[in-house]
Amino acid sequence: MTRRVVVDTGPLARVEGEGSLSIVDTGTGSPEVRLNIFEPPRFFEAFLRGRRAEEVPDLVSRICGICPVAYQISSLNALEGLFGVEVDGQVRRLRRILYYGEWIESHALHVFMLAAPDFVGAPDAMAMAERDPGLVKEALALKRLGNSLMSAIGGREVHPVSLKIGGIYRAPSKGALSSLLPELDRLRGSVRNMAAFVSSLQKPSLERESTLVCLHDPSRYAIDGGEIVSNSGLRLPPSSFEESFEEYQVGYSNALHSRIRGGGSYMVGPLARFNLNFDQLNPVARAMAREWGLKPPLKDPFQSMLVRVLEIVHALEEAAGEVREYVQPVHPSVPYKPKAGVCHGVSEAPRGTLYHSYAVNARGQIERAKIVPPTAQNQSRMEDDIRLLVPQIMESDVDRARRLGEMAIRNYDPCISCATHFLRLDIKRSPA
Amino acid sequence: MAKPRLGVFKFSSCDGCQLSILDAEEELLALLDKVELGDFLEASSASVGPPYDVSLVEGSVSTSEEAERIVRIRKESKTLVAIGACATSGGLQALRNWSRLGLFESAVYPEPDVARALEKALPVSNFVAVDFELRGCPVSKAQLLQSLASVLRGAKPTLSTSAVCFECKRVGNACVVVAGGTPCLGPVTASGCGALCPSWGRGCYGCFGPSDDANMDSYASWLTAHGVDRHEVGLLLRGINSQSPEFRKWVEKND
Repeated sequence: MTRRVVVDTGPLARVEGEGSLSIVDTGTGSPEVRLNIFEPPRFFEAFLRGRRAEEVPDLVSRICGICPVAYQISSLNALEGLFGVEVDGQVRRLRRILYYGEWIESHALHVFMLAAPDFVGAPDAMAMAERDPGLVKEALALKRLGNSLMSAIGGREVHPVSLKIGGIYRAPSKGALSSLLPELDRLRGSVRNMAAFVSSLQKPSLERESTLVCLHDPSRYAIDGGEIVSNSGLRLPPSSFEESFEEYQVGYSNALHSRIRGGGSYMVGPLARFNLNFDQLNPVARAMAREWGLKPPLKDPFQSMLVRVLEIVHALEEAAGEVREYVQPVHPSVPYKPKAGVCHGVSEAPRGTLYHSYAVNARGQIERAKIVPPTAQNQSRMEDDIRLLVPQIMESDVDRARRLGEMAIRNYDPCISCATHFLRLDIKRSPA
Repeated sequence: MAKPRLGVFKFSSCDGCQLSILDAEEELLALLDKVELGDFLEASSASVGPPYDVSLVEGSVSTSEEAERIVRIRKESKTLVAIGACATSGGLQALRNWSRLGLFESAVYPEPDVARALEKALPVSNFVAVDFELRGCPVSKAQLLQSLASVLRGAKPTLSTSAVCFECKRVGNACVVVAGGTPCLGPVTASGCGALCPSWGRGCYGCFGPSDDANMDSYASWLTAHGVDRHEVGLLLRGINSQSPEFRKWVEKND
């Protein structure tokens, strides 16, 4: 049987981390689609063993330079749950504003610098800036605002230093946060132009049924925690995650794949959140969705870029409200005593549900860590999308085939650096 | 005059230092206007390729492919700058260098990909000559822009490698060690962060690696004399820059 390589992207550009896509026509009618992830594993789960629980938020943040807050919050949810820590309401608010900052920064990076160039036929945002400097400058201002929110609460935007088990090392003054309001309010207005640009882009389409998974929080569009829900009626506490989802290894990827036990691939991320939590989106974002004719069920992964824009709008509105309501807490953190046990924590990273689990011993040391990042969970889904696009890809010339494949991958804003750092060091010792 | 050609390359890392380049939002377009982008995979699908006038390298070298790739990039680059703790000392993933689960052990892996991992995650300078190093986890955006501006003009950047303590005094913090009894690596860690952690009321955990004049033995004795457990000192040093000689030697001798 002859094998013909239809697409081999080589190292993918404009994604975070190192991967490539290959599509091989095997002549059997079912082409072989592989998202090859060659980013080297960094063995976080192995070296977390023996570390003290209090070090965990600083250590896991280093898994991802783009969404460090997601890692910190999921780990805090797990460990604070185990230790029975009740974090002050204003501190929870600070953590949420920090997390909204991360959504804004990460989504703005993806939409305007990594994804949009595809749709205008530019190699990068810099080339886009030559054609439309105003747009790119404003997108950078948006990204900067996300970063400013993160630095104001976290000390810096990449690997913030302020979060700790029990609260926050130091709570910023009301004035420090309020000083960001003029720019925040300005962008709440100007984001409309950026959104209009994204909605005007011609996108390929791919209507498909998907199992969608995200968190649900009764009090808000889930970000800093919640129950795990799906569009197939799943409803679980974080502690049951591993009962319903499993990871498995494929030879060509340094990141574990995920599937629903007894089921298939599933999708996490903005599209899942939009479909399952639409009613909780901020009214301004919901109104914008209606203007564009977007409503659940939204099945096309190529619409996810637009959903990210809606989530930017949502995050801007919510952050502005939370900053206005913020009152500097008297006690930024509460004391706690480490306790032995197993704990689970989840939150909604920009790319989707991020699950952490730790086993802690009586001395407060980590005995076992398990971290399931969103991009790892989406890998099979990305390959499934490509399989559905193969007929279109086969009909296209080499350049377009490659671009279509890459765009379908970028729909998920994959963070390969995140996904790969979890390959567990499963050592089978040879007999002595 | 032709614009200098810039390459940005990623090895084993979290992407955070490359992101610091993109995080230079306001300065970004101005900066990129001064260079020809040779390769910057995270930001652009256009690739001019080598030779590069300046290459920025993020990440540690931790697989045999990476070991070959860094040698190639070195050959193709006039000036090579290692950016961030992973590239300058191996980073957090270099903790595996000490692990009894070391990959060189008589271990059998189900995955051939894993077997390609080198025994250790190592800094770039273990493999090739490095012209300049920018410390930090992540790098300081200000140091990055300032150094890049110098390098692009053909000058060697100069950065202070005095201890965080000096920055901490300048910003007027109360000492977290003396006043709060919190273990802090400030006295032995290179400056560059603006004494960030002490400013947030916590001890420094050494993102920027050892300062030039770090006297680890002396500071560790002081800490232990003031009630900090030796193992705790070891844990602090077994962090982001655990493989920096000054930190590593103390741990190997004492913990």
